[in-house]
Amino acid sequence: MKNSIRIFFLTTIILGFQFNSNAAEKVEYLKTDWSFKGLFGKFDRSALQRGYQVYTEVCSSCHSMKYLSYRNLSEKGGPEFTEAQAKAIAASFEVKDGPNADGDMFTRPGKLSDKFVMPYDNIKAAQAANGGAYPPDMSVLVKARGGGVDYIYSLLQGYVDPPEGVTLDDGVYYNKYMYGNKIKMANQLSDGLVEYSDGTNATIEQMSKDVTTFLMWAAEPHLEARHKMGFKAIVYLIILTTLVYFSMKKIWSRIETKV
Amino acid sequence: MSDHEYNPKSKFGKWFNDRLPLLTLANHLTDYPTPKNLNYWWTFGGILTFCLITQIVTGLVLAMHYIAHADMAFDSVEHIMRDVNYGWLIRYIHANGASMFFLAVYIHIFRSLFYGSYKAPREIIWIIGIIIYLLMMAAAFMGYVLPWGQMSFWGATVITNLFSAIPLVGEGIVTWLWGGYSVDNPTLTRFFTLHYLIPFLILGLVILHIWALHVPGNNNPIGIDVKKPSKDTVPFHPYIVIKDGFALLMFMIVFAFFVFYTPNILGHADNYIEADPLVTPAHIVPEWYLLPFYAILRSVPDKLLGVVAMLSAIFILAALPWLDTSKIRSAVFRPLYRQFYWILVADVLVLGYVGAMPAEGLYLLIARIATAYYFLHFLVILPVLGFKEKTLPIPLSITEPILGGSPNLATAKNKESLNR
Repeated sequence: MKNSIRIFFLTTIILGFQFNSNAAEKVEYLKTDWSFKGLFGKFDRSALQRGYQVYTEVCSSCHSMKYLSYRNLSEKGGPEFTEAQAKAIAASFEVKDGPNADGDMFTRPGKLSDKFVMPYDNIKAAQAANGGAYPPDMSVLVKARGGGVDYIYSLLQGYVDPPEGVTLDDGVYYNKYMYGNKIKMANQLSDGLVEYSDGTNATIEQMSKDVTTFLMWAAEPHLEARHKMGFKAIVYLIILTTLVYFSMKKIWSRIETKV
Repeated sequence: MSDHEYNPKSKFGKWFNDRLPLLTLANHLTDYPTPKNLNYWWTFGGILTFCLITQIVTGLVLAMHYIAHADMAFDSVEHIMRDVNYGWLIRYIHANGASMFFLAVYIHIFRSLFYGSYKAPREIIWIIGIIIYLLMMAAAFMGYVLPWGQMSFWGATVITNLFSAIPLVGEGIVTWLWGGYSVDNPTLTRFFTLHYLIPFLILGLVILHIWALHVPGNNNPIGIDVKKPSKDTVPFHPYIVIKDGFALLMFMIVFAFFVFYTPNILGHADNYIEADPLVTPAHIVPEWYLLPFYAILRSVPDKLLGVVAMLSAIFILAALPWLDTSKIRSAVFRPLYRQFYWILVADVLVLGYVGAMPAEGLYLLIARIATAYYFLHFLVILPVLGFKEKTLPIPLSITEPILGGSPNLATAKNKESLNR
């Protein structure tokens, strides 16, 4: 038993190291309450819808979301726009299609099954338009950054004047939370930049939180289903384990050895 | 093997069994006499079998949807995560399953080290186990390459580049492994093929591992030979089956927690960035279960010697039955070995930690000391200890101290400390 405790202790340490190693060399991120964290974490629907608005009106001019389709917007566990709303959103975009029977490409209004329209035709075009830096695709961005949602949330609010002695090239900006502090994206958010239809006050903080929530959903569209199933699975396992434990005790009581 | 003949009751059973003795095998497996004092560290064999089967089953489903092509691999993984029914579940079980597999295998290996399960007459079981462990590392490494993220690509580049350390033919071998002049589509497709193949090799070896186990039977916490069947043993079914089942369920709770609540914590964020041969990540780190060996590799300044050290660190384990000169199996009766055992555990954990850190300054120094100690443990301490150590008296049988009352007080005391 003593040994088991020792091993458990050591395992904890190594797991702790593992998490630490990811967290080393990092500044403290801004903290906020995320509704999707925890055993029963769920997305805040209206935050997702507002976040989508911020994405479309602000981010989408440079950042693609190539793994998302318009149909996702009305799916369960997401922003849950009604199907009609999602259709209207899709139709507001021009989608390139073809070739048609004459061999020509043409544009048409978007459909639910279309992927989110990309701001640039290809990576080269994106780089050319952004001073050589490619604005990363945002579909899985939250999972592709060490600090996850906290990092993105902080970064959006992390634009400050560079400290003394730091010189910035043209088109390079200073951000407290960026790795190396130099970022090619200018500060995008300012108070009142978007007008929320639900009347929420569009502060920088609010918009950062909404759009980060939206990005979290984009990266993990089945998060709610996962949490729900996880809870059921673990409760089921605990009950089964308890039953098996008592069966085991009963069976082993036939012999003198303890189990 | 149980010695008694098995006679099926039904006529058909007898007819079948005479032609293919499957029923005899089933009877052997259920009656298999197992030491009754096995503790929970012995349940990890069953847990590992579960892990292997889980990986194979989830892997099969993933392979139905995955596309092994440099341009489509990353997209197909996202397709699995988003559009395949419960694809996210299957993939997260598979990805975390690899970590759980290694967690279990490390416990299994260190259990062997503590109780001397590798010693005669179980050397073959041990060596097969080491081969399985090697294949697991190969499978895990190649599996990590398949999503074609940044860590996949650069991990593959770093590891395959190790072969370039071989004098004269090194560069040629690397080109041959890659199927080109850099890690690219041919590398991906062959890794996928091998990743699909290796688990079945492991499955075959697991059968041999268990077969080899069933010849001498299980070792046990006090490490003495047990008469079979006797008062010291219980039939595998139902006693061990239910106990293994209970332990497996406990393990599954931990497993489920990772899958459902922190599915990405054991992976690296960079692997959600699609592979880009033009951008090198700031730190290229392998998965946690390979870190100790990565630390050994980097602690040697010379590339070739580093590779040699890393491989020796694994292969040295195969020689363990002969390096450990002590006649006593269980560390319970080896007071000095017990201390060194825990130092080794700490040493490997330290190696794992520095493996995740940049190889510079203090980290590098610690890595070097820990690497040196690792080899010292196996090459010097273990052989010498066998001759120098004053071991404690061992009991004659598992039941003897309890039933008959031990004539030897020290033995009875040890027995007590064991039960605690």
